[in-house]
Amino acid sequence: MEHGAEAIKKQVRVYIAVFAALGTLTVVTVAVSYLHLPFHQALAVALFVATIKGSLVAAYFMHLVSEKKIIYAILILTVVFTLFLFYLPLWTVGSGLVAHVS
Amino acid sequence: MSALIKYIDKPHPVTGVTNSKLGIWCFIASEIMLFGGLFSAYVLLRSGSTTWPHAATVLNVPLATLNTLILITSSVTMVMAWASSALRDYNKFRMYLGLTVLLALAFLVIKGIEYGHKFEHHHFPKESIFFAIYFTMTGLHGLHVLGGIVVNSYFLLFGKRMWDEHPEQFTGRIEAAGLYWHFVDLVWIFLFPLLYLV
Repeated sequence: MEHGAEAIKKQVRVYIAVFAALGTLTVVTVAVSYLHLPFHQALAVALFVATIKGSLVAAYFMHLVSEKKIIYAILILTVVFTLFLFYLPLWTVGSGLVAHVS
Repeated sequence: MSALIKYIDKPHPVTGVTNSKLGIWCFIASEIMLFGGLFSAYVLLRSGSTTWPHAATVLNVPLATLNTLILITSSVTMVMAWASSALRDYNKFRMYLGLTVLLALAFLVIKGIEYGHKFEHHHFPKESIFFAIYFTMTGLHGLHVLGGIVVNSYFLLFGKRMWDEHPEQFTGRIEAAGLYWHFVDLVWIFLFPLLYLV
């Protein structure tokens, strides 16, 4: 990440643009929820928009667009383990190992 | 005898980043795993449940939307606080960090109002799987918001000395606090649609 005064001033303009995008996407997410789409479609849209918002925050506010390799390495490892955490319950549900709860 | 921690304001020659930044990213990685476990529990419970309430009928979507916009705004003020710190503008830095703290407090107040409505209607974690996961996830997230308020308030109230004496170290600390705060925002970005909208 560049720390020069001019570079930071340029980044500030990007932060404002990202802020506008995040606000707009939040309104879009809520508006879509009022369409009462079927569950899987609603989930897909909600997660798609949330992923875009999350990526904007991570890339620009957390400066991941210009971060060093070691930070990416830490995050890739974390994402792999997190995906495993998600796969595990889905596998148990799919294999019928988990009874229905209410 | 005191131990001096090296490379807190200069990049470590091996990693290319400051130890402070490496430390906060390792912490955030552990936090991703923590919330990842809870999101995973949400998937498991929702997939295994025979009934699941339509969130809009039991939760207050307008209040949560307002809270989402508040948290997004606080993320911008936080990154602007860091930029002001890097540009050595103390007044702007204080204004943006103060706004971040105020917005975080507003988030918690609104969350408190929302919880109050739930308790008035006798909705407690023990009532159902839905409310158990709702209170657990939003409660843990709320505690993280509280943590951010404490850290940012500390820099706001007691940061002047380090600002004057060790400016680069201070900016590094604000960057680390910012990374944590943006992570808290990021978690809410996923919590909001999953709990309130689908």
